[in-house]
Amino acid sequence: MTIGLTHYLILSAAMFACGVMCMMLKRNAVGVLVGIELLLNAANVNFVAFARYRTGAMDGQIAAVFVILLAAAEAAIAIAIFMNFYNNAATIDVDRGATLRG
Amino acid sequence: MFEAVMFYLFGGVALVSAIGCVASSNIVRVACWLLGALGGVAGLYFLNFANLLGAIQLIVYAGGTLLLIIFGIMLTSKSPWITYNPKRWEVVTAVCVGAALFAGTAIATLSAGLKPGEAPMTANATVKQIGTELLTSYLVPFEAASVLLLAVLIGAAYLARAEKR
Repeated sequence: MTIGLTHYLILSAAMFACGVMCMMLKRNAVGVLVGIELLLNAANVNFVAFARYRTGAMDGQIAAVFVILLAAAEAAIAIAIFMNFYNNAATIDVDRGATLRG
Repeated sequence: MFEAVMFYLFGGVALVSAIGCVASSNIVRVACWLLGALGGVAGLYFLNFANLLGAIQLIVYAGGTLLLIIFGIMLTSKSPWITYNPKRWEVVTAVCVGAALFAGTAIATLSAGLKPGEAPMTANATVKQIGTELLTSYLVPFEAASVLLLAVLIGAAYLARAEKR
């Protein structure tokens, strides 16, 4: 029972599906953000597994570093936007955030 | 053998926590389950010869991003919005989409017939190697990332500042 690339890809596919379901089912904006974090983590597992099993070089790990950096930046901006929206609407329910539509 | 046990352990933790994120209706519990998912993925990094990445995952993700999310929850979730139970058709739609996505990806993966490459990694990537790569081959993305972080710093401070209404 050796663990190969396929194991990691299947695990990552399952985590990705969980992230998409989390984004669809949550009404709280922070819940949607958690779903996005799950998606990014699933993608990172793929990057690291491919770096190990296919290329044997550092490229995949460096891509994963950039993904983590972007996820942190995205979470910071998203939380700032939620705060601002909460100041105006007293909730971060995503269905209430429809005032920006044209 | 050891690797298989560790893969199923960390992968199981990550997957169960991801499912917990989907299934909890309380937003605080969702954040707690996310901690498990991040920790499981960090374990998978350690298993895949990515020690630095596992440490970054634990420090930046589990330490920083998750803290930010928990603060966001504490500052914005008042009792009527702290839980949300999705309606039945929403659950059915989401599960159908998730199952279709997983089935499609899994079938594509299994039918691709992936073989290991010529030179799989056999030792840990050292911090020195990754740092050298970042400052030589990946210098432009590295600098772009630093500009992005500066923009995020200014933008987040501007957006989240205390405002008199």
